[in-house]
Amino acid sequence: MNLWEHSSILIVVTPLIASIVNIFISLLKRSLCYPFFVGILGLCSLLSIDILSVVTTSGTIRYKLGGWTPPWGIEYTVDHLNAFLIIIISIISFIIAIYSKESIKKELTKARLPYFYSTYLLFVTGLLGITITGDIFNLYVFLEIASLAGYALIAIGERRSVLASFNYIIMGTVGACFYLLGVGYIYIITGSLNITDLSRLLPSLYESKVTLAALAFVVVGIAIKIALFPLHRWLPDSYTFAPSAVSAFASATMSKVGIYVLIRIFFTLFEPRFLTDITPLSNILIWWATVAIFFGSIIAIGQTDFKRTLSYILIAEVGYMVLGISLCNKEGFIGAVLHILNDAIMIACLFMIAGGIFYRVGSRNLEDFKGLGKSMPITMAAFTVAALSMIGIPPTGGFFSKWYLILGATKAEQWISVAALVFSSLVNAFIFFKLLEKIYFSKKEVIPKHNFRELPLSMIIPITIMALTILIIGFYSGRIISSLIRFTVPEGF
Amino acid sequence: METLISLKPLLAVAVSTLGALLIAITGEKARNLREAWSIFTSLAKFSIVASMLPDILNGKVIEYTLIKITPELIIKFKVDGLGIFFALTASFLWIITSFYSIGYMRGLNEHAQTRYFFYFAIALSATVGVAFSANMFTAFVFYEIITVSTFPLVAHKETEEAKKGARKYLTYLLGTSIAFQLTAIVITYSITGNLNFSSHGVFNKDISYELITIIFFLYIAGITKAAIMPLHSWLPAAMVAPTPVSALLHAVAVVKAGVFMVIRVVLYIFGSELLKTYNLGLVLALVASFTIIAASVIALRQDDLKLRLAYSTVSQLSYIVVGVALLTPSSITGSIMHIVTHAFGKITLFFTAGAIYVVTHKTKVSELDGIGRQMPFTMASFTLAALSMIGVPPLAGFISKWYLIFGALEAKQLFVLGVLAVSTILNACYFMPIVYAAFMKKQKYHISFGDNKREIREAPIFVLFPLILTAIATVLMFFYPFFFLEIIKIIVFGVKGGN
Repeated sequence: MNLWEHSSILIVVTPLIASIVNIFISLLKRSLCYPFFVGILGLCSLLSIDILSVVTTSGTIRYKLGGWTPPWGIEYTVDHLNAFLIIIISIISFIIAIYSKESIKKELTKARLPYFYSTYLLFVTGLLGITITGDIFNLYVFLEIASLAGYALIAIGERRSVLASFNYIIMGTVGACFYLLGVGYIYIITGSLNITDLSRLLPSLYESKVTLAALAFVVVGIAIKIALFPLHRWLPDSYTFAPSAVSAFASATMSKVGIYVLIRIFFTLFEPRFLTDITPLSNILIWWATVAIFFGSIIAIGQTDFKRTLSYILIAEVGYMVLGISLCNKEGFIGAVLHILNDAIMIACLFMIAGGIFYRVGSRNLEDFKGLGKSMPITMAAFTVAALSMIGIPPTGGFFSKWYLILGATKAEQWISVAALVFSSLVNAFIFFKLLEKIYFSKKEVIPKHNFRELPLSMIIPITIMALTILIIGFYSGRIISSLIRFTVPEGF
Repeated sequence: METLISLKPLLAVAVSTLGALLIAITGEKARNLREAWSIFTSLAKFSIVASMLPDILNGKVIEYTLIKITPELIIKFKVDGLGIFFALTASFLWIITSFYSIGYMRGLNEHAQTRYFFYFAIALSATVGVAFSANMFTAFVFYEIITVSTFPLVAHKETEEAKKGARKYLTYLLGTSIAFQLTAIVITYSITGNLNFSSHGVFNKDISYELITIIFFLYIAGITKAAIMPLHSWLPAAMVAPTPVSALLHAVAVVKAGVFMVIRVVLYIFGSELLKTYNLGLVLALVASFTIIAASVIALRQDDLKLRLAYSTVSQLSYIVVGVALLTPSSITGSIMHIVTHAFGKITLFFTAGAIYVVTHKTKVSELDGIGRQMPFTMASFTLAALSMIGVPPLAGFISKWYLIFGALEAKQLFVLGVLAVSTILNACYFMPIVYAAFMKKQKYHISFGDNKREIREAPIFVLFPLILTAIATVLMFFYPFFFLEIIKIIVFGVKGGN
């Protein structure tokens, strides 16, 4: 049997099984858990690279689970968009896994470590499952796996994280229910759950009220999961109090996967014209996202906690991506998809740095960044790169996705949205340059001597890799667009 | 027009980045070697730029495509007359400033000198990058790099005041470039699909008046480095930087990158015909005229010498903008000529301000009574440069003013003549009292360090020599302007399509 043929199922099953095996390993010897954990995620990364190369050379992969043919059986479909997300999720999860070793050791008790690894693997399973499945109910299942693992991961953080996680559970469950209701309605009128099948069945039902209700439920459900303002309330607390590695990973992937689901629903399940001509959904979402960008940015200014600042910036960034896809033109869509990649790396890098600072200084307060440029030069150089990218200064990656987003908004003549994107860049400039000034031009007040050190290698290397990636993908933006993102653009744009 | 493909533009940009890395690696421990890198790279940079001159004078254009990031966003260099004119000015003055910096920084025993020289080199890299940009995107990239790399130079002292100044500097430069310039670029691209600088502009003739006006003013507001009022106040704020920074960057590289971009946008993005059709040049000329007068009036009241010079810069930069906004051959000639004449004049003035500070720690105009007797060479240079600023023959400033006056007559905009006249008087009003006080008045305070009050105490040779050199240059440029006018002829010829 050639294992590579099955890589699309293996990439989901491997972390799933590993998460259970991990518990048994921990009973034997606890120190083996970490290498096992990293090894599995390394394997996932390899599989994701394989999937990507198959998709780019021979087109969409259709994998029938257990040999059952769709629409009865579950089918895994991997096209360019899936492959793009799978590779982002697997590689970021791998890098953060390496990073997590030291940071988690400091933030959790030893006995909890194996559970952390197992839950983390489950979380990865869920996320990969969402992006790989071609079945909207199966997608719900993976969404819940990811979410439940997410609740648990957040809850093992600081003391206040329990309440944050509880909030998240309530909001997240409401979101999941809404999504499930939407799926139910779709099933009622079509009798199918397979995305490819549905895209054939649904056009004749566009006028039906049930279809509209289903879409509304699904969109709101996902909007909660991606924390689209005003459904964002769970996010800042959760990501602030969660362990650093969890904040980094969840912020980088959870919202991006949600955006992916929206893209699938809008442009594969339905057609672009359903958003623009039949319903005013495109316009509604443009305004919704614009408000989210303004809101996230404005609130971010006032924060004193670094992770909370990042959380609100993330809320604005989610607005970017939703805006990009709802503009319904080529430039906006390319911008949104490119921003999935850029934002995942930038926000992960910044949360990792936040964790690093917490590791050494024991604080997330912006005031405690003073003078860090001297004591943590490499981390702070990485921070500078990530910050410049967040602001959108060329030639960092962040500029190019922003360029396409603004171009898309201009083409659609949505001037308020253009203003929102520009405004958010300015706010990011304000926030990050204020921090850079603290880091490089302020003297450190009295802080114990042992903190004047760079991070351990296992943290500094992942952070550096992320920062370098931000620079490199900037230069390769065109390549990424022409070899991958070009194929994800829906027909009719 | 013949096009050559050559690595030289890239080398000219990259050589000082490489120099910056060497400076950073060498560090404070081997400061002589570090300074040697500064001087060596500045010489190399100038030689590379100068080596491209013969081809340009033969009417050729040198191009080099560095990287195609996406099909429309391309980092590409193109050396034409305008580009090489600015690059020559900036890279030549960098050599002189390098020597001056060494004298100044060591004379004052400044801290963080490695950081200072490092960012200085990066800023020069980006300045030449702006000069050699082939399209608006490349120019924007380097424009932003200038902003970011000069931020540490403005905040150099790390005092609250310095940080406040740097904050203002960044807010104005970065803020407007993202808010207005980037938006303008995006709109330009979405309308025309083309960001290349071309001698007839990129817009079609049938574009609506409202749209073109909006884009035009987004560009002008976005290029804040040109310090057109009301977006000028970052420049006085930047005066907290060490004097060599004010001298080269805030009198030459940074601000001239601003007016250079204005010239590029006016002539190569919009094109003179389009702007003439809609009379937009005239509006810009009015705004710049206001800046000339208002900034001069403010300069009169400044007691801090560097602030007075800064407001003078704000005013003089608008000369350049007025010249290009009038869109006639002579006015453009005057405008471009003013880039170099103002550069040499103003850098001398800043050098003298720095020299005075190094020797006496005085920064106020009111404290300079009788200083001419103590520092005769410095103050003589100051006088020459000030006269050049006013536009008195036989000094360089006269040449550019002469062409500007001609341009105003050609364009039949007589108000510009009035503005130039009033401004000349105001220039005299804020410069001549300093000269008078320095040589004629008696010392109020004893600026002395020992017993000999009348002793000549000039700045160290590294500080003194550069400023004498640039002062002499302002005289020479009056007698030998042909070299510069030759390049300008090519630029004007290209823009006007052969008239």
